[in-house]
Amino acid sequence: MSFEGLWPYVFIGIAGWLATDIWRWLGVLAGNRLDEDSEMLNWVKAVATALVAAVIAKLIVYPTGTLQASPLWLRLAAVAIGALAFFASGRRQLYGIVAAIAFLAGGLSLLGA
Amino acid sequence: MDAEVRLSEKTNRYWFVQGMCGIWSVPAVILMLSFVGFAAFTAEAGVPVGQVMFMTGIVWALPAKVILVGSMLSGANLLAAFVAVSLSSVRMMPMVASLVPELRARTTPTWLLLILSHFVAITAWVFATERISSVPRERRAAFFAGFGVTLTTVNILLVGIAYNLVTQMPPVVAGCLFFLTPVYFLTSLWISARHRVIHWALGIGLVLGIVFHELALEFDILLAGLVGGTVAWAAERRWRSARAGGSA
Repeated sequence: MSFEGLWPYVFIGIAGWLATDIWRWLGVLAGNRLDEDSEMLNWVKAVATALVAAVIAKLIVYPTGTLQASPLWLRLAAVAIGALAFFASGRRQLYGIVAAIAFLAGGLSLLGA
Repeated sequence: MDAEVRLSEKTNRYWFVQGMCGIWSVPAVILMLSFVGFAAFTAEAGVPVGQVMFMTGIVWALPAKVILVGSMLSGANLLAAFVAVSLSSVRMMPMVASLVPELRARTTPTWLLLILSHFVAITAWVFATERISSVPRERRAAFFAGFGVTLTTVNILLVGIAYNLVTQMPPVVAGCLFFLTPVYFLTSLWISARHRVIHWALGIGLVLGIVFHELALEFDILLAGLVGGTVAWAAERRWRSARAGGSA
């Protein structure tokens, strides 16, 4: 499509903003009926977490862009190293992230990505 | 009365500023790095910077924007693009729904929650889940508003600046920027989980995300969330009641 004129903004408004904010609004309406200590909220939290987890898994296993060309084992190994550093350091987030990224960067450089 | 209003105004401002300071937190910094990656992606794709900044503010969720840009590039029609983005954004509903009971006070009006919900995306959700319980209930809306508004505004500007600077990014850097997001989300979810069921849902969701994608199901993420979350919740509940029964 052309990126000229006003049409792209209308397109972004409808296909982007409306398509996303509708769900946020429905979330508010649904959440307003939930009690903080209800079993129902436990379930909603579990579903929300599993959803985000699925997004994470897809980002790692089926990445877009540059990482598409990198081997899967390298990405999985980077996550494993990160997890190792995370738990070994007493669940320090930064240690886990730095270890995973450093391993990935090293691997990508060695493989000549 | 007047003094009371004054006081609450002041403390709301205090908590709003506390929320703003969240811009220096690890989650916010990592999101900003991800947005630098997004700016590079859109610059390479040839989407004008004005439109990139516009969608950053108005859509906000990063995965939804990536899908939107993909639809625009492939020349998809409006309806097809709307459906594609909707499917990625359905997950906002349980995310917002699970946050609202913790975010609202008795006096928080629904219209305010509707506005605040716009700032919910994975980063703000993780940030809020992690910290909101340490904020006095009456001030939680102000705290979240401070964080959400600041994070969104800063990223709109950041995208505008980065767009012109990072058109040619070395592949290793681009790859690492991309990889930051999943690694950061994983560790955040683990840390912010205050209940066993969240750990279970995390593990099952990771596996089902792959399985359902391999099965080439159209709604893989949605299904992984619904099925994975329900299985984790039911299994944990069973385990809990079995233990309670065993110890009784």
